[in-house]
Amino acid sequence: MDFLNALVALLNFVVIPATAYGAQLALGALAATLVYGVLRFSNFALGDTMAFGAAVVILFTWWFQSMGISFGPLPTAILALPFGIAAMSAVALLTDRTVYRYYRRVKAKPVIVVIASMGVMFIMAGITRMIIGVQEIQFADGQKFLIDPTWFRTETGLNEGLALRMTQAITVVTAGLVVWALFWFLNRTRTGKSMRAYSDNEDLALLSGINPERVVAITWIIASGLAVIAGTLYGLDKSYKAFNYFALLLPIFAAAVVGGLGNPLGAIAGGFLIAYSEIGLTYAWKKVASYILPESLMPDGLMQLLSTEYKFSVSFAILIIVLLFKPTGIFKGKAV
Amino acid sequence: MSKAPQATAEPLTHSDSHARPKGVSGKEPFLIGESMTGGYGAADILHGCTLAVEKGQIAVIVGPNGAGKSTAMKAVFGMLNLRGGRVHLDGEDISTLSPQERVRKGMGFVPQVNNVFTSMTVEENLEMGAFIRTDDFRDTMTQVYDLFPILKEKRRQPAGELSGGQRQQVAVGRALMTQPKVLMLDEPTAGVSPIVMDELFDRIIEVARTGISILMVEQNARQALEIADMGYVLVQGANRFTDTGAALMADPDVRRTFLGG
Repeated sequence: MDFLNALVALLNFVVIPATAYGAQLALGALAATLVYGVLRFSNFALGDTMAFGAAVVILFTWWFQSMGISFGPLPTAILALPFGIAAMSAVALLTDRTVYRYYRRVKAKPVIVVIASMGVMFIMAGITRMIIGVQEIQFADGQKFLIDPTWFRTETGLNEGLALRMTQAITVVTAGLVVWALFWFLNRTRTGKSMRAYSDNEDLALLSGINPERVVAITWIIASGLAVIAGTLYGLDKSYKAFNYFALLLPIFAAAVVGGLGNPLGAIAGGFLIAYSEIGLTYAWKKVASYILPESLMPDGLMQLLSTEYKFSVSFAILIIVLLFKPTGIFKGKAV
Repeated sequence: MSKAPQATAEPLTHSDSHARPKGVSGKEPFLIGESMTGGYGAADILHGCTLAVEKGQIAVIVGPNGAGKSTAMKAVFGMLNLRGGRVHLDGEDISTLSPQERVRKGMGFVPQVNNVFTSMTVEENLEMGAFIRTDDFRDTMTQVYDLFPILKEKRRQPAGELSGGQRQQVAVGRALMTQPKVLMLDEPTAGVSPIVMDELFDRIIEVARTGISILMVEQNARQALEIADMGYVLVQGANRFTDTGAALMADPDVRRTFLGG
């Protein structure tokens, strides 16, 4: 019984939240890694791309809600997602036209393009805050729990309640579908293969007649789609606050680098690795331990390795370690 | 550079290129880069260099290091700006076309290095070779697999995991997927063992027999001239000797200076 309680507590406080968070990071890291693979620079504007896209989704959600449209037990935001993706893709293509295309044409060094992307980041951050503000916004509606903790407790008779929120379930399911679709696209379609070819060997892709501008445009659309989905899922799961997305930049890039920049599979693995490390290190293990350790062995403290305020230092530390010892990441990516 | 030997060599070159052994006299070769002059930057690397290949024949460019062999071939393919000269393919002036446009005109190019998509499977490499084709290219792929049976065996394997010789086969196969009329190879045997080199040369002869013209740069001058219909010996960006492969092999000057006796 105690063992089951420990298991439920572990699921409830570590596995479920980390899986949902990992899925969000994985989607963000996929966007980062695709842009890196094809355009060959780290897009610092990614965090604010997520914020901007999610803001558009929220605006459409409010509009739908005002018209009385809902998605039953699912959040209305899911209905608004396609509109957010369309808007964000348009903005990304416009940004490419006005900013990045010039640097491609003059064959600028990646570091210069990175700085340009920081400029884009500031502009996008400003616009997002002007549109939707800096406050915290809750926009999740529909059914709150898929597994209600009180119902779980009365049904099983355990001390610990297991909670699975609707948003967490949606996050994992959506992420799974999106990743499946992306891999199908990259491995099975002619356009997807041409993207991989361009990322692998630009000169040879040109010799093969692959149009670089088309590859770049498709990359921006896919990356925008991934960023908006990741941003919306994160906002649904936690809450929407423009600044939080800027802060997400670090774990997202850590995930992409850990997995191997330019490698989509690595981005997913990296996302979950970062999420589990972050939550595993900042969780107070006392509750789980109290069920399995005998009384005499119980420590006095919370058994928390790091205070939650320091959670971003975890991704930072992992990032540094990977760059020092395995710069190409777990799955062979490009060295940074 | 000394001008004297060039001056004596050039008239010889020209008379030779007109008295082509198998060509109909007076008819222009299938592909010709004529008196090409140019380089990558301010300084010229090529000085009035002429290369030509007839339909279904093999032309080989040999010469010492730094003679501009690769540069001459890149010039034919449009990868550097020419200040003088012209490139004709099948009677059409293609001097101003980009490399991509020349691919569409029927030229295939295999670079010396980075000539495969390492992270993609052999089959995907071939598919990317056929990217510009909108028709069904499965027949061409079968032909490539018939030519290089090992590739069929390894078609699901990433090209980056193959040996040097197998990679070259992928690279040639990729270029053949567009069904080119001319195939240009930049040192196809660089870094492969002598056995693999012989094998590759055999395959190249087979490709030429299907009617595809081959223009290639080779370090292994002796072996390359043995299979060449035409040979071009370049020195300092200009033609030094131009003749049939057999005639060059027999020429005591060429033997002493470039083939090591």
